[in-house]
Amino acid sequence: MIPAAFDYTAPSTVDDAVRALADAGEEAKVIAGGQSLIPVLRMRLAAPSTLIDIGRIPELRGIRDEGDALVIGATTTHYEIQRDPLVRSHALLLKAATDTVADPQVRHRGTFGGAIAHADPAGDLLAPVLALDAELVLHGLEGRRTVAAADFFVDYFTTALRQDELLVAVRVPKHTGWGAHYEKFNRVAQAWSIVAVAAAVRIADGVIAEARVGLTNMSAVPVRATAVEAALVGQPATPEAIKAAAAHAADGTSPTADGNADTAYREHLARVLTSRAITAATGV
Amino acid sequence: MTATVEPEVGKARLRKEDARLITGRTRWTDNLTVPGLLHLAFLRSPVAHARITAIDVEAARRKPGVIAVFTGRDLAEAQGSLPCAWPVTADQKAPPAPSLAVDQVNFAGEAVAVVVARGKAQAHDALEAIDVDYEDLPVVLDLAAAVADGADLVHPDLGTNKSAHWVFDSAEAGTGSDVEQAIAEAEVLVERTYRQQRLIPAFMEPRSVLVDPTGEQTTVWSATQIPHILRLMLALTTGTPEHKLRVIAPDVGGGFGGKLQVTPEEVVALVVATRLGKPVKWTESRSESLLSAHHGRDQLQKLTLAARRDGTVTGLKVELLADMGAYLRLVTPGVPILGAFMFNAIYKFPAYRFECTNVFTTKTPTDAYRGAGRPEATCAIERLMDELAAELGRDPIELREQNWIKHDEFPFTTVCGLEYDTGNYEAATAKAKEMFGYDQLRAEQRERRERGDTVQLGIGTSTFTEMCGLAPSRVLGSLSYGAGGWEHAAVRMLPSGKVEVVTGSSAHGQGHETAWSQIVADQLGVPFEDIEVLHGDTQSSPRGLDTYGSRSLTVGAMAVLKAGEKVIRKARRIAAHMMECAEDDLEFTAGKFTVKGTERATAITDVALAVFAAHDLPDGVEPSLDSEATFDPDNFSFPHGTHLCAVDVDTETGFVKIRKYVCVDDVGVVVNPIIVEGQVHGGLAQGLAQALYEEAVHDESGTLTTGTLADYLIPSAVDLPHFDTDRTETPATSNQLGVKGVGEAGTIASTPAVVNAVVDAVRHFGVNDIQMPCTPMRVWTAINGGPTDAGGLGTEAGGGLGSIDTSGGAA
Ligand SMILES: Cc1cc2nc3c(=O)[nH]c(=O)nc-3n(C[C@H](O)[C@H](O)[C@H](O)COP(=O)(O)OP(=O)(O)OC[C@H]3O[C@@H](n4cnc5c(N)ncnc54)[C@H](O)[C@@H]3O)c2cc1C
Repeated sequence: MIPAAFDYTAPSTVDDAVRALADAGEEAKVIAGGQSLIPVLRMRLAAPSTLIDIGRIPELRGIRDEGDALVIGATTTHYEIQRDPLVRSHALLLKAATDTVADPQVRHRGTFGGAIAHADPAGDLLAPVLALDAELVLHGLEGRRTVAAADFFVDYFTTALRQDELLVAVRVPKHTGWGAHYEKFNRVAQAWSIVAVAAAVRIADGVIAEARVGLTNMSAVPVRATAVEAALVGQPATPEAIKAAAAHAADGTSPTADGNADTAYREHLARVLTSRAITAATGV
Repeated sequence: MTATVEPEVGKARLRKEDARLITGRTRWTDNLTVPGLLHLAFLRSPVAHARITAIDVEAARRKPGVIAVFTGRDLAEAQGSLPCAWPVTADQKAPPAPSLAVDQVNFAGEAVAVVVARGKAQAHDALEAIDVDYEDLPVVLDLAAAVADGADLVHPDLGTNKSAHWVFDSAEAGTGSDVEQAIAEAEVLVERTYRQQRLIPAFMEPRSVLVDPTGEQTTVWSATQIPHILRLMLALTTGTPEHKLRVIAPDVGGGFGGKLQVTPEEVVALVVATRLGKPVKWTESRSESLLSAHHGRDQLQKLTLAARRDGTVTGLKVELLADMGAYLRLVTPGVPILGAFMFNAIYKFPAYRFECTNVFTTKTPTDAYRGAGRPEATCAIERLMDELAAELGRDPIELREQNWIKHDEFPFTTVCGLEYDTGNYEAATAKAKEMFGYDQLRAEQRERRERGDTVQLGIGTSTFTEMCGLAPSRVLGSLSYGAGGWEHAAVRMLPSGKVEVVTGSSAHGQGHETAWSQIVADQLGVPFEDIEVLHGDTQSSPRGLDTYGSRSLTVGAMAVLKAGEKVIRKARRIAAHMMECAEDDLEFTAGKFTVKGTERATAITDVALAVFAAHDLPDGVEPSLDSEATFDPDNFSFPHGTHLCAVDVDTETGFVKIRKYVCVDDVGVVVNPIIVEGQVHGGLAQGLAQALYEEAVHDESGTLTTGTLADYLIPSAVDLPHFDTDRTETPATSNQLGVKGVGEAGTIASTPAVVNAVVDAVRHFGVNDIQMPCTPMRVWTAINGGPTDAGGLGTEAGGGLGSIDTSGGAA
C-alpha cells in the first residue's frame, strides 16, 4: 500500500531535529532506517504529518570507546555493529544478537537506535541491551538525560522516550572477555524470534563469576532472568549446573500466546534455550 | 556434414528470457503506462460476513484527484457475475459472484467499492473517506460445522452450505469392485482424517491490470496466466463483444495457479474504463494479494484403507470436504475433483470410492494452486501407505513395491479408469534409495533411537505419480468442464530465414521461449537464436488455452510440432519444384531438402525466400509456408518419481530440520535439463513449505491473521536443504516427443515425504500424525502426548512486524 501523505525534513544536527520534533507536535515521527516504520506507514497503521529523518546527522552515527563503556550512536546500522572490532571485544553479546536480525538488506538500513526505540518485544536487540546493563542517552528540548535500560522499556512498543526526545546513543558497559551467545528460536531464517535468550558469562577459575541473561519475547518488554543469573553465580560451568539454573528461566515472565507458540510452550522454550545459550556462552 | 549437428532437444541451455526476467528490466503490467492513465484502489471488507446497510462515498468523491467512486450497487448490472467454468454436477449450487459486493459481503477482503483517481496515492487516500455500515452476520469457518444440520449459512438463499456432492465409485463405474465389501472383509483397516491446510499461492509479481478503452479495440494488459480464457470470459461476463477486446499478458512474474483466474479487479477495471472512456490501472499490494487473491488446498479428508495382513491393499475410500470459500471462481469446484483420480496413485487398488462435498465458508475463495487437487490426493495416500507399513511393521518402501504397478504391467488401466501409458517405479526407487543411502540412514536411525538422542532422525518416502498435460477435451467434457483442452500454435517462416513461433501457451516464468526454440530448431534445422516465440497477446497469438496443469510442453509444444510439420510439407513441394525433382525424392534433415543419393540440396530458409518472392511457384501453391495447428491430446501424461527425505527432529523444541532430500523424477524425455531442474527445485520448495511452514490462518471472526509475509511463512533459500535430484527417463507414449510434464511434480511429491519423515522420527513417542504445517509447537506437543494440531489461532500478537496491526504499531 501507499503511505498517507506527510511532510519530510532531514535536519543535520540533533538540536535541529529536536526542535523540528517539537514544532511538528504530536503527529510527528522520527525515521531512522525505516525498516519498522515504513511497513507501519504503508499499511496505514500510522499517518504522521511530518517525518523527521535523522539519517543525516553525523553525530548520531558511529561507535566510540569511552573508557569503561562503548557509546554507540543511535543511527549506527546493524551491519556496522556486526563488523565493529570494539563491539566484538567489549560487547560480544550485541554482535551475536545483531547477527540474527533479519537479512543483509535490512541490516544495512536498520539502525541500533531504531530497533531500541521501536521496542518490539520480539526485537532481538532489546534483551542484550538489558542484559548488558546499558544506558540510553535521550535528548529533548530540555536537554540530555540518561535512562537505564531496565527503566526504558515500559510496555509493548512503549518506551520512556518523550514526544520531543530523540534516542541519541546507547552506553554499553564493557564486558571485555565475557563469553556470550544469543540463542534465537524462529521458524524461518528471516523471521522474528518466537523466543530468544541473550546470555553473557564471566568465568574465573572454572567457576561462573558473573552471569547476565536477558529474554526476548517472554513479556511485553524484554526481561532479565534474574533467578537464573543468581543460580549460576559461583557454580562450576558444567552442563548439570547450567541446566539446573536454566530451569528458572520462565520464572516471573508473562509471555503471550500466538499461532507459533502458546504460553506453556514459550515457557518451555525459554528454559531449553537458556540452557543452550549459557552452554554456548561458557563454551562448555 | 549436417549429421554432426548436435540436437537442441536435451541441451542444457540457459534460458533466453532469464536476463530480462531476473533483472526485472521488462514489461510487467505495472511498468506500463498510457496517456491519461487513471488509477484504481479498492476498498475491502474488514469483516467476513455482513450485510452492507449503507455506503457513503460522497466525502471520497470530493477528495483531491478523485474522478469517480463506484460501489457494487453502481456497477451491479455492468459487472455481471464472475464466471465459474466448471459446474461439477448438474445440481451444483452457486451464488451470484459480483466483482464488487452488492448489499452483502461474504469474506474479509471482498471488494466493496472502487476509487478512480488521477494518482495512485490519491486513490488510496480517498479510500479512507468511504464510510460503510456493516451489520454482522454469523461467520462460517469450520468445514465440518458448515455441513452440520442447522449450520449458519453463507448464502441463505441457497438453503445450504453444500455446493455440490460428487462421487466416483469403481463398482458403479465398472472399473473395479465394491469398496464397502473390501472394508467389510479387510484384515487391516487404516482410518485417518487429514487436513490439507489452506495455502496462499504467493506469486512474486503482484496482480496488476491496465485497461485502455480508447482504441477501436479495448486493450487489457493483465498479469495473468490465461490471456485467451480471460478475453472470452471478460466478453461473456460484461457483454463486451469478444472481437472488441484484446488481452495481453506481458511478462508475468509467476502464477502457480494463482493467476489462473478471472478476477474481480479485472472485471471492474474493464467496466470502469469503459464507463469513463479512460484508461485505468490497478496493481495490488502484497497484503491485498495475500488477503484477496484466491487461496489453495483446504480440504478435510476422511480416509479408509483396507488391506490384507500380508500387506496387499484391497480398497480405498475417500470422503472429502473441500472448502470453496465464499464463491465459486473459475475452476474452484473442479480442483478437488481433479484429485479424485489420483488417490489410488501408483497402487493396484481393486476397489475405490471417492466422495467429495464442496462447501461454502465465509473465507477467501479457493481455486487452483500448483498441483490443484493432486497434491492433496498424493499427500493423503502416501501418508496412508506409511501408516499401513507402521501398522504391519513393514518397511514403507517395500510395502509400496508390493502394491505398485510393475514396469512390465504398462499400459495399465487404473481403478479410476485412467490409462497410465508408461512408468518404471522400480527404477526410480532403486536409484533414489542408492543416492539417499537408505539402508545406512535406517541403521543410524536405530542407533540414535536406542541411544535416546535428543535429536531424532526420521525418514519419509513418497512414490508419487500425477496426471498432467491437461487435457484431452473429451475427458474434460465428461467432467462437465466448460472448455476443451487443446492448444494452438503457428509457425511463420520470415523471408530472411528467421522463424516466428506463435503459441497459445502463456508462459509466466516457465521458459517456453527457450524450450519451444530448441524443439523448433531441431525440427526445422534453423539456429536456436533465429527463432522468436510469440505468446500472451490475443492479437499475435489469437487462439489458445494458456498455461496451467503442466500442459504447455505436452500439449502446447505438440501443436508447435504439428504446425512445423505443415511448414515442412509446404516447403517440400516448393523445394521439389525448385530442384526439379519429385517430392518423394527429397529427404529433409538439418534444415535442408536433399535429393536422395545426391549432393543437391536447398535449405528451407532458401525456400522461404523463394516463397516470399513468389516468382516461380508450382501451380496452385500459395506464396506462404506459414502454418498453424491445433493439438488435442489423446491422454494425460503420467510423470512419477521417488522422493526420500531425512529430517532431524529436535525433541526438546520440536524443530524440524531437513537433513537430506533426494528425488528421482521420471518426466519422460527432457527438452532442457536446466529448466527441468529449476521446475523441480521450485516445486520442492513449495511442497516442503506446505509440510513445514505455510498456512493461511483465520481467527474466530474470520479475519486472516497471516496477512503479511511476516506471518505467512514462505521459506527462503537458507531454510531449504540441498536437493539431490536425478532422473530416470521412461518416455511417454501419449505424445510425439515422449515428454511428460514437470511443472507440478516437485510440489505434488514432496509434501508427504517430509511429513512422513517427521512422523517417522517421533513415532516411538506414540505419534502417528502431526497436522501440517508441522510447526515446532505442533511437533513438540505431539511428542509430549498432546493434540496433533496445536497452535493455530492466536489470540494476541506476539511481536514482530505481523503483529503491529493489533498494537497500533509504532504510532
Ligand atoms: C523484513 C524484516 C525483518 C526483520 N527482522 C528482524 C529480526 O529478526 N529481529 C529484529 O530485531 N528486528 C528485525 N527487523 C526490524 C529491524 O531490526 C529494524 O531495523 C528495527 O526494528 C528498526 O530500526 P530502523 O532504524 O529501521 O527504525 P525505523 O523504522 O526508522 O523506526 C522505528 C521506530 O523507532 C523510532 N525511532 C527510530 N530511531 C529513533 C531515535 N533515534 N530516537 C527516537 N525514536 C526513534 C521511529 O520513530 C519509529 O517509531 C526486521 C525488519 C524487516 C523489514
